[in-house]
Amino acid sequence: MNNDVLKTFEILHQRAAQIRQKEGRERKIVIQVGSATCENAAGARDVLDEFRKHVAASGRDDIVLHQTGCTGRCSCEPIVGVFVPGQMPIKYQDVDRQRVHEIFTRHVLGGQPVLNYVLDGPVQGIQRHEVLYCASERCGWEARATCGQALEEKLRRRGISADEIRVAQTSCFGACGANQVGTCSHVLVRPDKTLYRIENDADLDEIIERHLIGGKVVERLAVPGKTVGRKFFEIYGDVAFFNRQTRVVLRHNGVLDPSSIAEYFHYRGFQALATVLSKGDPKWVIDEITRSKLRGRGGGGYPTGQKWAMGAAAEDETRYLICNADEGDPGAFMDRSMLESDPLNVIEGMIIGGFAIGAHQGFFYVRAEYPLAIERIETAIAQCREWGLLGKNILGSGFDFDLEIRLGAGAFVCGEETALIHSIEGERGQPRIRPPYPTERGLWGKPTVINNVETFANVSAVINYGADWFARIGTEKSGGTKVFALAGKVRHTGLVEVPMGTTLREVVFGIGGGVAGGRELKAIQTGGPAGGCIPAKWLDTAIDFDTLTQAGSIMGSGGMIVLDETDCMVDIAQYFMSFSQDESCGKCTPCREGTTRMLEILNRITGGQGTEADLDTLGRLARLVKKSSLCGLGRAAPNPVLSTLEHFREEYLAHVVEKRCPAKKCKALVRYEIDPEKCIGCTACARNCPVECIAGQRKETHVIDQARCIKCGRCFEVCRFDAVKRT
Amino acid sequence: MSTTPDVHQQVEAQSREILGEDIVAYIEQCHADPEPSGKLIAVLHRVQAKFGYLAPAHLDAVSQLLRVPAAKVSGVASFYHFFRLTPRGRHVINLCLGTACYVKGADQIAQKLRDELGITFGETSPDGMFSLEATRCLGTCGLAPVMIVDADVHAEVTPDQVPLILERYIREARKERA
Repeated sequence: MNNDVLKTFEILHQRAAQIRQKEGRERKIVIQVGSATCENAAGARDVLDEFRKHVAASGRDDIVLHQTGCTGRCSCEPIVGVFVPGQMPIKYQDVDRQRVHEIFTRHVLGGQPVLNYVLDGPVQGIQRHEVLYCASERCGWEARATCGQALEEKLRRRGISADEIRVAQTSCFGACGANQVGTCSHVLVRPDKTLYRIENDADLDEIIERHLIGGKVVERLAVPGKTVGRKFFEIYGDVAFFNRQTRVVLRHNGVLDPSSIAEYFHYRGFQALATVLSKGDPKWVIDEITRSKLRGRGGGGYPTGQKWAMGAAAEDETRYLICNADEGDPGAFMDRSMLESDPLNVIEGMIIGGFAIGAHQGFFYVRAEYPLAIERIETAIAQCREWGLLGKNILGSGFDFDLEIRLGAGAFVCGEETALIHSIEGERGQPRIRPPYPTERGLWGKPTVINNVETFANVSAVINYGADWFARIGTEKSGGTKVFALAGKVRHTGLVEVPMGTTLREVVFGIGGGVAGGRELKAIQTGGPAGGCIPAKWLDTAIDFDTLTQAGSIMGSGGMIVLDETDCMVDIAQYFMSFSQDESCGKCTPCREGTTRMLEILNRITGGQGTEADLDTLGRLARLVKKSSLCGLGRAAPNPVLSTLEHFREEYLAHVVEKRCPAKKCKALVRYEIDPEKCIGCTACARNCPVECIAGQRKETHVIDQARCIKCGRCFEVCRFDAVKRT
Repeated sequence: MSTTPDVHQQVEAQSREILGEDIVAYIEQCHADPEPSGKLIAVLHRVQAKFGYLAPAHLDAVSQLLRVPAAKVSGVASFYHFFRLTPRGRHVINLCLGTACYVKGADQIAQKLRDELGITFGETSPDGMFSLEATRCLGTCGLAPVMIVDADVHAEVTPDQVPLILERYIREARKERA
């Protein structure tokens, strides 16, 4: 144990505490505004600007503005939090300049929350207290299943209504030590931020009597310290979208200011690094990571501990570490959110990784399309250097490590590790044959370990909260959680973090609120262009690397697109194939030619020219490309085709045999006609037709000239009498 | 054919002039790196940020000063989508064609943009007003479909809104001219 490291850490910790104390935020009213690419796109900059003006105009010095990253509740952004000391933290949704004015005058100055704008609201009122109980299914305390119910009953029996004290479920607080699993549960009392450990019914009674009624904290049962996710749930625990999630990686998203290292320290920042460096044993780190069952979050699912062990065992002493932040999957934005909202956590994971494998230089390979993420990483790296957390002799341990940012330039294939290495070397991003694997011969021929952003973001949690705890969250073969970017035709879009092994149903319906517009779910697309479409009937599939592969898709980096009945599966396959074909680097023939030919066939099918024989050719070609391509891009590119061919063959058949698109999406296969019964001759369709192919006099039935119709669908959209039929 | 020192110096001076002081200074900084050629992409990013695109003269100058073969410089510049080899219009329209945007109707927005502007993706309108580009995913899937004009993000765009959005920029330009 190197005590100097802990001493240095303690000095830094105090320095951070002093900075925070000077701000005195605990005693002030805090207005928190999200700031990430998505928040800004929704108008968060205007909101911040407006609040600034209001605060200045009010002349009050007890109101502070606090910027955070994003929580991942995309469809409600911009989100603003108003935290008055001692009161329930209130979050507002869809805030614009007008709402800022109301929130500021009525809530911040007047003390009355604006109930209409509350996140997930409107709500009827704000409760005096809220008790969140752990409903995580994994630890198995028998009484826990009834904990919420028992609480509810006990409160109501005492005449306390739900308007006064609300009871809600949440997931793992990470407060169970190894010896407590299954013997206790935890409840969090808001707004007092008190976390209690309960072992029996009597404990519950005591909390109700003494705390909820008597107003005194029951010290005997209170759990001190900063357990995982606690800070997050203290603020966001009342929101249904969040409290069914398990926030480990995203525990600080929307909580801390991503540009402040002092704040990161406050939330247990760099404690894992201090632990690791004070022990001074790389093997211990690798063992912990191995025991945690952490697997590569970029999509491959390779055990991280094993990869690190290989890097550490390499003969060459010059080794490199790379963070793959080239999040290229269309429809995935987990990494961006992590980098924009909690960049120091990723950096801490990288320093620990560097120590474990014996590297002194690390690289951040970031997409150029993420300017805000790049800016935040640059700030974070500069702060780390200034605080002695990067560079020579980190925390006085004698370990040297530094980081450099390298920008991608818009090539999807650079997510593949050998292509990524070539790109950092300043070459065209083309992959090469493996082996040798990068852990043996990577960047500039030296042993190199490459991990994804989310993998590194998990490391501090593994060290701080224990490998056993981490392993327990997930499945037998895969520990921890996975973050998904839930988008498409789902009611609540955003970032969802759930334990490995959670079902697709829980994610899409439980957390996502089901399909938007009340339509029928058709499929769930995971893994981007390398993944497949999982049909609705497999909703109960538990999410894991292996189960998703069995279902014909892949975990991928975490994109999850919900498709409904109006989506044509052939069209989706064509969409992904056009992506892969365009992104194929052209080095190997199966991928370069195979994707082109597959795209041609798919174009033919969606264009109404396909034959049944095309389906066989397509399937054969897909299997061939999968088998013979050089790198992951080519080997995975056929997945969308193969999975849709398997699960939605009848849709392909409708296209080629009946020349019909059941989802009415493929332009060439739909036909617009005017129903003479319903047409009243309002001329709206004729006036809007871009090619003037609709004929008819006023108050007379109109007719579409099929030969000239370009099937743009304009007439269908503008007809207010349902007279235009799409078949 | 051997090049006399004079010619070499002349070419180098010319290259410096083309790229400008700031970029020349950055390239010199790159030479301190153990692998200067690894900085090629970073240099090209800077050149593009400064000039808006990568002209053949820029590529040649980078090749000269970074001491990387011209074939490799142009190979890298043409490989990556982010690098543009032709100048762009006054306003750049970037339509997101990520999966979330696609299933929420980005293809209809794409068609409307093509119809309105009379150009297709990767082209610039004849009056130099708009360049139309497609991007893979902006990572703002919650707001799909998304279209960015210069730095303004337009979220949840419908085909009907497209002409109105374009009109705003055209009107601005007209006002400036007047």
